[in-house]
Parts: sequence; structure tokens; C-alpha cells
Amino acid sequence: MSTDAESGFDPAVSDDLILRLPQARALGLQIRAFGAGRAEIHMPFAAQLVGDPETGVIHGGAVSTLMDTCGGASVMAHPQVEGHTATISLRIDYLRAATPGQGITARAECHHVTRSVAFVRAVALDEDEDRPVAMATGTFTVPQMRGDAPEGAA
Amino acid sequence: MSHRKPEPVQVVKQRRDTALRALAEGVPYVNFLGITFDRRGDELTGVLNYDDKLIGNPDLPALHGGVTAAFLEVTSIITLSWMSLWDEVESGRLDLGSLEKGQLPRLPKTIDFTIDYLRPGLPRDAYARARVTRSGRRYASVHAEAWQDNRDRPIVQAVGHFLMPWDER
Repeated sequence: MSTDAESGFDPAVSDDLILRLPQARALGLQIRAFGAGRAEIHMPFAAQLVGDPETGVIHGGAVSTLMDTCGGASVMAHPQVEGHTATISLRIDYLRAATPGQGITARAECHHVTRSVAFVRAVALDEDEDRPVAMATGTFTVPQMRGDAPEGAA
Repeated sequence: MSHRKPEPVQVVKQRRDTALRALAEGVPYVNFLGITFDRRGDELTGVLNYDDKLIGNPDLPALHGGVTAAFLEVTSIITLSWMSLWDEVESGRLDLGSLEKGQLPRLPKTIDFTIDYLRPGLPRDAYARARVTRSGRRYASVHAEAWQDNRDRPIVQAVGHFLMPWDER
């Protein structure tokens, strides 16, 4: 799976990351970039995702799912990681309410990987990209390092 | 000391259940995830009613981590609102009629939420409770956890901070 964020991504990645995940499909997630430890995923606005009917603002929980999915994708996009990952922990800061009616895009970067743990930071944006909606930091499991002997993991 | 006759149980239950239903069912995303609430007195238990669309990893299969996180965030917000509404519900100050028509009280806003994934969520119902560890005039701290088969083997826990709706400036 060799891809890079500039030239788009392999459609097989989209199948693997989004289409096979029922919850990602239910949210209509669209993967927009994948490679070199980075991922970008878009979540279109939908009325069913609203958390506060008074304001029409998307629920933080939907943003959590987007950030978690995008964070995991950035780990899988890391050249030293092979296979699937699972979230160990995720912290999300909600900086402001997303603008009602607008979709949300998450950009995640897997900035450090050890034999066992991948470290991720991510940001969530609506159409006003200068003012992030949320920021996240997360840790994820590393199933297998590329080049490791299978029994070599410590 | 004056002793008032206790209210009939049906009256008490109807008032509380009406308020809770209006609070939880008024939020579209709560319905999208299929979350409902059981009530015992003032104690709430969130129920994540299983549906195939909640799955993240289809190979295990396991509930999506984002879904279990969202489940805890929903349970935290509804529990926090419920605790702060309780006195108004009980005293009759809260107009249940307008609540039922969808005029929800302002909900607390999440400031931050930190999720600790403990075990994969199995493809079945999950339950959650939130404990308001500190509730001040402006900020509240909440701890929440969710479990499935065994109460003492939680699948996910979280702490979050919330901005209370009546003092946002």
C-alpha cells in the first residue's frame, strides 16, 4: 500500500477504512487523503447528528467518532505500521461550536511511533479553516512494525 | 411540623419520566445512536441499544470506539442536565408541557472529554452511568463508564469538563 497525501489515495484504502466500517458508512465519512502518517476524513452535515436542537450544532460525540477514525487512519498511513490499530486513549478539546449546516473535516497526523504505541494529534475544521472546531491527541496500539520478525516484538 | 400527604406514585413517576423522555428524545444524535435511559429515582443508566451500524471493526466484530465515546458523552450530558433539572421537575417549576413540545432546557457544553479504551465493545447492548464529581456555577466535572456483561469489567471510561448553560459569558 504505497500512497501519498498529495496525489490522493488508493481506493482500496477507502474500502478498507470506510466502506467496511458500518459506523463510518452510517456517518457518510469520506476519506480525502491518506499516506505518510497523515489522514484527512470528511463528515458531511446531517440533521440526525445534531446534538442541540435549539442551535442545530453537531453533537460532540459525532466529532469524537470522526477524530477517532481519522486518528486510527493516520496510524495505518504511517510507513512503519502494518495492519489495523486500536485506540488506547483519546482526548478532545472542543474549541467552539461547529457552524450549523456545515460538514466537518478531520486532519490527523501520526507524529511518533514506538514498537507498541503510536502517538497522534488531530484537528477538526468546518468551512472556516482558520478557526478549528476541536483538537485531539490520542494514543493507538501498534500491531506490528514493518520489518519486525513476528517473534521479535517485545 | 406539618406532614403533607405523599403524592400518588403514578403522579411522581409520570412527572419524572416525562421530563427524562423529553430531555433525551429531543436530541437527534441520541436517537441516531439508539441511546435510551433507565431511571431509578434520580439515578440514570444509559442504554446503547445494539444495532449493526454501531460496529467499527467488522472483523472482530467490535463497537466503533467513537460510538462508545459518544455514548459516554451523551450519558454525561443527559445526567448533568437531569441532576440540575431535578429540583425544578420536583417543585413543579419546570413546565412539562413545553418540555414535551420540544422546548428543551439549554444543555451543558463539552469543554473537553478524555476517553480511556479498556476492552473491545462486543456486538450487544452496553450500559453507562455518569457521576457528577463536581458541579459548580460555571464548570462541572464528570466521570463516566460503560460496561456490557459485567459491571466490574468496564469497556470504556472517560472524564470530561462541561460548561453549564446558565453562565456562558
